[in-house]
Amino acid sequence: MSDAEIKVSAEGLMRQTGTYKPPRDPMQIVRWTLLFMGAVVMVMPLVYMLSASMKYPHEMFEMNIIPREPTFENYALVLSDGRFLQWFVNSLIIAIATTVSAVFFDALVGYTLCKFDFRGRYIIFIAILSTLMIPTEMLVLPWYMMSLHFGWLDTYWGIMFPGLMTAFGTFLMKQFFETVPDDFLEAARIDGLNEFQIWWSVAMPLVTPALSALAIFIFLGNWTAFIWPLIVTTDQSLYTLPVGLTTFSVEQSVQWELIMTGAALATIPTLIVFLVFQRYIIRGVAMAGLKG
Amino acid sequence: MKLYSRLSIDRKRTVWAWGFLTVPILFYVVIRFYPTADAMVLSFQSWNLLGARSWAGLENYVRLWNDPVFWQVFRNTFMYLILGTPISLVISFVIAYNLDKTRFLHGTLRALYFLPFLTTAVAMAWVWRWFYQPVPIGVFNNLLSSMGIGQIRFLNSTTNALPAILAPAVWAGLGFQIIIFMAGLRAIPTSYYEAARIDGVSNWTILREITLPLLKPTIVFLVVFSSIGFLRIFDQVFNMTTNDPGGPLNSTMPLVMMIYQTAFSSYQMGYAAAQTVVLFTVLLVVSLVQLRILRDR
Repeated sequence: MSDAEIKVSAEGLMRQTGTYKPPRDPMQIVRWTLLFMGAVVMVMPLVYMLSASMKYPHEMFEMNIIPREPTFENYALVLSDGRFLQWFVNSLIIAIATTVSAVFFDALVGYTLCKFDFRGRYIIFIAILSTLMIPTEMLVLPWYMMSLHFGWLDTYWGIMFPGLMTAFGTFLMKQFFETVPDDFLEAARIDGLNEFQIWWSVAMPLVTPALSALAIFIFLGNWTAFIWPLIVTTDQSLYTLPVGLTTFSVEQSVQWELIMTGAALATIPTLIVFLVFQRYIIRGVAMAGLKG
Repeated sequence: MKLYSRLSIDRKRTVWAWGFLTVPILFYVVIRFYPTADAMVLSFQSWNLLGARSWAGLENYVRLWNDPVFWQVFRNTFMYLILGTPISLVISFVIAYNLDKTRFLHGTLRALYFLPFLTTAVAMAWVWRWFYQPVPIGVFNNLLSSMGIGQIRFLNSTTNALPAILAPAVWAGLGFQIIIFMAGLRAIPTSYYEAARIDGVSNWTILREITLPLLKPTIVFLVVFSSIGFLRIFDQVFNMTTNDPGGPLNSTMPLVMMIYQTAFSSYQMGYAAAQTVVLFTVLLVVSLVQLRILRDR
């Protein structure tokens, strides 16, 4: 065994056991510094947004990041008329309700298509999958006409109904239920559980990482959704946060510190959630992305 | 109930399966398939939301073909794709490739790169719009003038506005692409690298001959996924050009925005539906062509 081979195989072993530390060579330091600078540039827009939201108008013309006289007056002003709070609550209700519905039904359908053997299963799977090819923007016109016809304009239901189930989630859950052994389900069946109980109390707990990954994706998608809520609502009290923010920012025209405060209010909640659940979210995104 | 208990176990399971699928099937038929068909039918009709829908034959499509604005919009839509997809993929790969080789504060760096992905496009559009303002308010122009460089007109220039609007979209998407690339890099067995290193192969050759070919499924996924995203760009354009939607002079208007305007500002539902059919076709063709080209290589 040559020196190089010994080194390489030892490194492989250490990598597997997690004790591997790459040697400190100058290249590594340069690489790290560049990556760090890149990361700083990436978060700069967020930093500037937060900084501006805590500045008085006269300080907005200066480039300093840390405000000389930090103030929360902008927040008080933006929140004072209660609209932002209303939009926040609307967004939260809608995002939570759609997430619960979509995770429930996507898991149920994914499970059924994965674990049940019946005629027509394949056709239904292909039919659901094919809806992935249809862009939302094509459906908004008929959805709008439906909402107009049934009186769903300016209602929570009107904002939510297109997202109650997703083809992506169904596909994802079907993939993950493949990893659940049939024996477990069979054992539960012998114990006398009915099919719904088997799904809910035996199969579902085995795919919780997948469920949380899906939930993150669906929540984020609904929280940031713009075009459909914009179309279906005209009553300000039913706006979601992104639609409300657009209206608010247009009203402010040149008062950028107030616009930045509004933007910060729309951004901060997701940032906090991310900082708390960072590991799970990144793992979930990688998992969903790779299976999807 | 009596009938059910007489069924065999397999039959019972089939009954359960269809029971589970009843509501979802209803949903997919009413909220997905019917609207798709309806949009296609509507594209051959004329309707202003108030009166009755009347047949118009191919009129909407003929009108679209002869509409110079549509061709401008068509070019814009592809400009978002042609600039956005390669730029964002190259940047995110370079970052992911290097981040994968870094251990010190790895998690923190990764989190910082990922952070913009969690933001709301609408909020970030306004942040970037502020950055693009002329002096004394805009951050970019302030930076330029402090370095003694002349002003750049970002959003009110017909040539600069489209890349300026694309930038926040690329920026916000990088985090996702980096995470996916890193997961793909992790999935490559280390034994390949070890073998290459024993043979004394250079890093560059390892990257070209091992990493990139084995990363192909990841690359295909990201190319298709991000292309669809850029072809459907809307939130950023809508929010960064509220004073002149899709402007200046329609130079930033993407197809989705044209659909929105035709349907909900001019109430020409049939004409808008024809545009959605074009969007559908574009997305389908682009995805299929990309899959075809990338899979073969």
